Amino acid sequence: MTPFVDVAFLILSFFMLATKFKPPEPLTITTPYSVSSDKLKEQDAVRVEFDSAGHIYFTATVKNETQDNGLKLELIKQVNANRNLGLTNAEMVSFQNYPTVGSPFNQIKSLLDLPREQRDKVKQPGIPVDSTNNELATWIGAAKVAFQGHQVFYMIKGDNNASYPTFKGVIEALKKNDEYKYKLITDPKAVPPGTDLYNKPQAGKSD
Amino acid sequence: MADIDVAGGDSGHKKGPGVKKAKKLSTRVDMTPMVDLGFLLITFFIFTTTMSTPSMMKLYMPKDEKDPKDLTEVKESGALTIMLGKGNGIYYYEGQIKPDGSNFQSSTYHDIRDVIIKKKQDVMKLGRSLGYPKDTLDKDFVVVIKPNKESTYKNAVDILDEMTINQVHRFALVDITDDENMLIKATEQRNGVK
Repeated sequence: MTPFVDVAFLILSFFMLATKFKPPEPLTITTPYSVSSDKLKEQDAVRVEFDSAGHIYFTATVKNETQDNGLKLELIKQVNANRNLGLTNAEMVSFQNYPTVGSPFNQIKSLLDLPREQRDKVKQPGIPVDSTNNELATWIGAAKVAFQGHQVFYMIKGDNNASYPTFKGVIEALKKNDEYKYKLITDPKAVPPGTDLYNKPQAGKSD
Repeated sequence: MADIDVAGGDSGHKKGPGVKKAKKLSTRVDMTPMVDLGFLLITFFIFTTTMSTPSMMKLYMPKDEKDPKDLTEVKESGALTIMLGKGNGIYYYEGQIKPDGSNFQSSTYHDIRDVIIKKKQDVMKLGRSLGYPKDTLDKDFVVVIKPNKESTYKNAVDILDEMTINQVHRFALVDITDDENMLIKATEQRNGVK
């Protein structure tokens, strides 16, 4: 039995080292499935997430944390200037350290005053995307300016049971900023046999 | 109680034969609990690893054209309109909707694939008769996707995924019209969709 146990523990240590735990997320989201085989990578990205109740959160991520950390500060400075939020330097640094928000502009200041650990616990109402008051468009616009010269990915992560108008509001916000290419974050599933995609030669599969 | 009695009787009885033999202790440790725990951890890590590898699905939207001249024309023969309603309802019609709504049909997320495949083949057959080059036989095939307000994000992603699965190269995500919405409402009422 000894060799058997040895192998078992080898596998165990492999999985323990290979596992990368997801950082805690403010929203609980179960994503839909798609046949896409593109894996999610670390990227300079704007990430819009929404849960089943339609709370929309905005996150900015940078690929190179040490070099590009200033971009996030630049982003919040842009938002601050565009909407006259009157944020203090400390509040902006608070965003830089944890660039996830899910509140309308009139609550941003009080949100950023909270320390990081508490921000996850606060129930945020989500960023409005109504046709009259699409605040998400401002966030994305600011990100576009801040990330100038970088290839930015616009990622959308939505919950299965979120209503379509929520998704549409997110797309509207992106369209307002002349962004038309998005990546929807999904769980992978197998291609159904017998379909055109299944019969297609492997080479063009990611297309 | 019984145990104590027996023990007492035993010790009295065993005293006679003499000194107890020293039991030789085994140096081997029972590894079963450790191995159990090991496997428990393996299963745990296997599950957590596979679950955190999401994929990215591309979605390219067209620009909103203001000028009607720039709008893409769709051939009636090659158009398939799919509408998504509440309660995972899915409806479709080919070409243009007839005034009496007689070509409006309901389907399911399972059956819609056959509808798309059939329509694609029909259009390709037509393309062949019109003498289109072999690799663009399906160029007239356009799927118009119209989710209504009560459909979910999952519905939209599922149908977009269906486009990838069936290699539909031209599709559009469009707002639903009031007439179509009314047809869906009527059908939902008839079928008792909550």
